[in-house]
Amino acid sequence: MLDKEGIAKRIAKEIKDGYYVNLGIGIPTLVANYIPDTMDVVLQSENGLLGMGPFPFEGEEDADTINAGKQTITKLPGSAIFDSAMSFGMIRAKKVNLTILGAMEVSENGDIANWKIPGKMVKGMGGAMDLVASADNIIVAMQHVNRAGESKLLPKCSLPLTGVNCVKKIVTELAVLDVLPDGGFKLLERAPGVSVEEIIKATAGKLVIEGKIPEMEI
Amino acid sequence: MNKVVSGADEAIRDIEDGMTLMLGGFGLCGLPEKCIAALVKKGVKELTCISNNAGVDDFGIGLMLKQRQVKKMIASYVGENAEFEHQLLSGELDVELIPQGTLATRCMAAGYGMPAIFTPAGIGTEVAEGKEVRNFNGKDYLMEMAFDADFAIVKAWKGDTMGNLIYRSTARNFNPIMAMAGKVTIAEVEHLVETGELDPDYIHTPGIYVHRIFEGKDYEKRIENRTVRKKL
Repeated sequence: MLDKEGIAKRIAKEIKDGYYVNLGIGIPTLVANYIPDTMDVVLQSENGLLGMGPFPFEGEEDADTINAGKQTITKLPGSAIFDSAMSFGMIRAKKVNLTILGAMEVSENGDIANWKIPGKMVKGMGGAMDLVASADNIIVAMQHVNRAGESKLLPKCSLPLTGVNCVKKIVTELAVLDVLPDGGFKLLERAPGVSVEEIIKATAGKLVIEGKIPEMEI
Repeated sequence: MNKVVSGADEAIRDIEDGMTLMLGGFGLCGLPEKCIAALVKKGVKELTCISNNAGVDDFGIGLMLKQRQVKKMIASYVGENAEFEHQLLSGELDVELIPQGTLATRCMAAGYGMPAIFTPAGIGTEVAEGKEVRNFNGKDYLMEMAFDADFAIVKAWKGDTMGNLIYRSTARNFNPIMAMAGKVTIAEVEHLVETGELDPDYIHTPGIYVHRIFEGKDYEKRIENRTVRKKL
């Protein structure tokens, strides 16, 4: 089974040289730590920055330089700053190659819910609805089951949707799965020490298993 | 074309109860903190506020919420404010949550003189309820209307007496597009300079969009989420 860092590490393997990538809040943010130095990758932060760097050294924080999670960050050489309309313009126009975000639920046809629990949590969707509606390449990083032990990979989402038919890949503490174009979660890899049976048990939606499922390499 | 006013109090002098305001900033970054303080002092009520976030409990728009000055909040993310969540769940506050890109583009549309825009954000979700859907090249888009705000209040790094503005780093965010979108636009700046001192090639907001400008003193520029790494 993977911890959060492990999930981030596995997702980092999906990033290719030359990609512009938007990382959501939570586990996706950790992915930045595992992008190899040999790769030319530019991180987009939707509050208006391309070329996001690591956190600043203590004492060098700049209140004017934050990421979409409102964390103090740094700019790398070659960074560019722009306003919020242009930021979502480049997302809508599909200039950003990969979007990685968290989710509360994903359905077998690629619907995602991650912004609202009616009556309980009202925080808002931020940029998530724009990202999932426009990006071609969306990877979800999340836990396979919620705190109550219920599967988050469902036949149909029960929470208000963020977007429909958009998630392409899911990486959880148990497995890597693709969302098939005609519906269903295709099991690609098992996390170290996790059996196919455990994944079947934790997946409520339609699970497609073909042949022997390899253990992931991270 | 001298747009300079004495300070925040004069800049907001004719903001009245019931008006619609746009407020720049992303979280607490690039927030027009001097004008917000003046609005809190003035005590205008029943306001509709358009801003990406609602501040935190004791800073930003959170200060106006605490005094019950806001009737309706239009934002994309309000997670950092317990007072906000309380007023929303108790029904005291009317809230419209909209996707961040839609929020930005509805500002942009107003500043570009376009009545509406089409975006795929929110298709198939509750955001789409009651809105016109158009299909272009096989994909569905929602029609979203340009904002109509009485005042836009923005914060810039530098500005000149003609109202030309330059922002700094990610404190730019919503400020330039909101500056373009208000019927009256107020800019508070950290450094007010004479006309001619700013290089025309580096102006972010041309002064034509700005009606009032003043230099704010002693910016607090509070950090919402201080994250650092250790020096090796």
